[in-house]
Amino acid sequence: MKKLMLGNEAFARGAYEAGVTVAAAYPGTPSTEITENIAKYPEVYAEWSPNEKVALEVAIGASIGGARALCCMKHVGLNVAADPLFTVSYTGVGGGLVIIVADDPGMHSSQNEQDSRFYARSAHVMMLEPSDSMEAKEFVKTAYDLSEQFDTPVLVRSSTRLSHSQGLVELGERLQRELKPYKKDIGKYVMMPGMARKRHIVVEQRMKDIRAFAETEELNRVEYRDKSIGVITSGVVYNYVREALPEASTLKLGMVYPLPEKLIRDFAREVDKLYVVEELEPFFENQIKAMGVKVIGKEIFSVQGEYSVNLISERISGRKAEVFDSGALPQRPPVMCPGCPHRAVFYTLRKLGITAMGDIGCYTLGALPPLQGIDTCVCMGASIGMAMGMEKARGSANKLVAVIGDSTFLHSGITGLVDMVYNGSRGTVIILDNSTTGMTGHQDHPATGKTLRGDIAPAIDIPALVRSIGVQHVRVVDPFDLKALEQALKEETERDALSVIIAKRPCVLLDKKYTHPAYAINDKCRNCGVCMRLGCPAIAKKDGERRIDATVCTGCGLCPEVCRFGAIEKVGDVK
Amino acid sequence: MTTDILIVGVGGQGTLLASRVLGNLAQSLGYDVKLSEVHGMAQRGGSVVTHVRFGDKVFSPVIDESCADIILAFEKLEALRWVGRLKKNGRMFINTQEIAPMPVITGAESYPSDIEERIRALVPDAVFVDALKLAEEAGTAKAVNIVLIGVLARHMDINKNAFLDAIRATVPQKLLDVNLAAFEKGYNVKS
Repeated sequence: MKKLMLGNEAFARGAYEAGVTVAAAYPGTPSTEITENIAKYPEVYAEWSPNEKVALEVAIGASIGGARALCCMKHVGLNVAADPLFTVSYTGVGGGLVIIVADDPGMHSSQNEQDSRFYARSAHVMMLEPSDSMEAKEFVKTAYDLSEQFDTPVLVRSSTRLSHSQGLVELGERLQRELKPYKKDIGKYVMMPGMARKRHIVVEQRMKDIRAFAETEELNRVEYRDKSIGVITSGVVYNYVREALPEASTLKLGMVYPLPEKLIRDFAREVDKLYVVEELEPFFENQIKAMGVKVIGKEIFSVQGEYSVNLISERISGRKAEVFDSGALPQRPPVMCPGCPHRAVFYTLRKLGITAMGDIGCYTLGALPPLQGIDTCVCMGASIGMAMGMEKARGSANKLVAVIGDSTFLHSGITGLVDMVYNGSRGTVIILDNSTTGMTGHQDHPATGKTLRGDIAPAIDIPALVRSIGVQHVRVVDPFDLKALEQALKEETERDALSVIIAKRPCVLLDKKYTHPAYAINDKCRNCGVCMRLGCPAIAKKDGERRIDATVCTGCGLCPEVCRFGAIEKVGDVK
Repeated sequence: MTTDILIVGVGGQGTLLASRVLGNLAQSLGYDVKLSEVHGMAQRGGSVVTHVRFGDKVFSPVIDESCADIILAFEKLEALRWVGRLKKNGRMFINTQEIAPMPVITGAESYPSDIEERIRALVPDAVFVDALKLAEEAGTAKAVNIVLIGVLARHMDINKNAFLDAIRATVPQKLLDVNLAAFEKGYNVKS
């Protein structure tokens, strides 16, 4: 039976069919749906971990415990999980261990465009890369076999286009697999220097074995057509190459690390002109050039952004498509939703002229006009450490805050706050607690009271947690109570002591039952434009007048609070 | 040969469901199918695009510039934004609904008043439909996506019943009646 499946759903299916029993992850676009889908199989224990490092450690423990285990993350998540990755390469596995990492060329939903293939190389771990949903499922199954055959964790690389494209997948049966017995083996699993030195030798031998294996492995596929042009490529880009240059010969690398040197040399000899077409870094290209093989790559292709059929066609064949021109148009950047509780905080920060070290989440959108309430965004949890650094550099935390979401705080903000307590910060941290992981599509986390599967779980009490670290001044405010919020912000940023403000209100999208009560603007409006500073998608200027779009308004009640003329009133009750 | 349909709109308008209806339709007709979607950041009220490709064999999940046979636009400004993806002689079906983007909301720019003319200059036979009104007539503003599927169905060389089956296979049971009504509203638009 064939089923239309999202790449991420197919990855999950592959893990299911491979007999995986433990899966752990932290949500991150474009990888999130892998874990959401594997959680639908009752045979698999699946969890949202607080962050990617913990998720990988859970998967490593499960693997050493004899299970086949899965860990998924976006590319920057692998930075967080890099510490265990580099050493599990030394210990090897018990049951098969697969780590799926999804890159984001073009940065649809990320803060950078890093290429995770370099992790495979530096951690000495093999990496596979499928090109569509069907391969996503099959490659994951193969990855488990290879993990156990070579006693190694295996990385599987995805990309936004693969993870978020659908294709037809032939479903298979789940492998019935006994849990391997756990065997205590300190030489293999306790990486102290004496043992690790010995394991490093094993790792290097393993890479030699895998290199030899890669030459014969059918994951790497040579397709000879017209031999005047040959292209080495992998992943979703293979599909673009096949459409841009249907007659060209191709070497499709399914195993993207380590590379099959002999296969590449043979292919290079057979074709007149050799290209390597790979998104992001010249990862294949530099290795192929190091082999002394002549190949054209980044001389004509960019290290930035996604590739496309037209781009490849243009760069290699010189064919340029004729394209209708839209002319100049207003852009449509993503915005905070109408009714978003974060809006009030950024409006107030801007109003008070406060510098805000920002973080990763929906609230990063608070940096954009008209709110412009955030000054920085670097990585998960960075806001708190950066506020600390700015305070120490400038000698004062006056008019300075860190702004971080609840899920991000639990991911990697807590240690930053511990630093603030320990090293005497007098700053203020605002935790925007909307009771969910918003940007990735509403996943639960340790403070929501629910697990990935929706089961009831103990909810971390964020105010109590913050107090227990040693923060003396902790306040919880409702961001829609604009006066109380402003007062709290003024008092805490002026206070000569460390403080935490928790702006608590659930994400507006969590309330599935809400119906539109809606506000409207009456004739008291003086056209002053204060309401526009909220950047609410429901309020717009039309034919010279300000109007509230009743189909978009959620009735959150923020705009009447900022209007000085009483010109915004409720029309009808909240249903 | 492939049939390439680009669906464009604003995050939250239901473009994903529309692409899944078309995906299920193509699969039921025995074609190879690929869809490409946008998740995450771009869903927050931003410009969104989903790609639907079907035929004997589909490689790329993405429809490139000047490659779309059809653009189904859920919003007028987005129709014009994505017109570069349409091939010469391609067809466009456009919801006349206007959703102001943030630069328009803040007053930094204004919503172009000449979109229909600009599109017609490039695509003379573009079809404009007030799908929001039709969806409301069918029972819910949220069924704009299925109204537009109905509009599209009338112009495609595919049996109407196959469309209806694809909707039944895609839409949740409790919303089926209103969506089937929305489909009929769209299907009955004469142009």
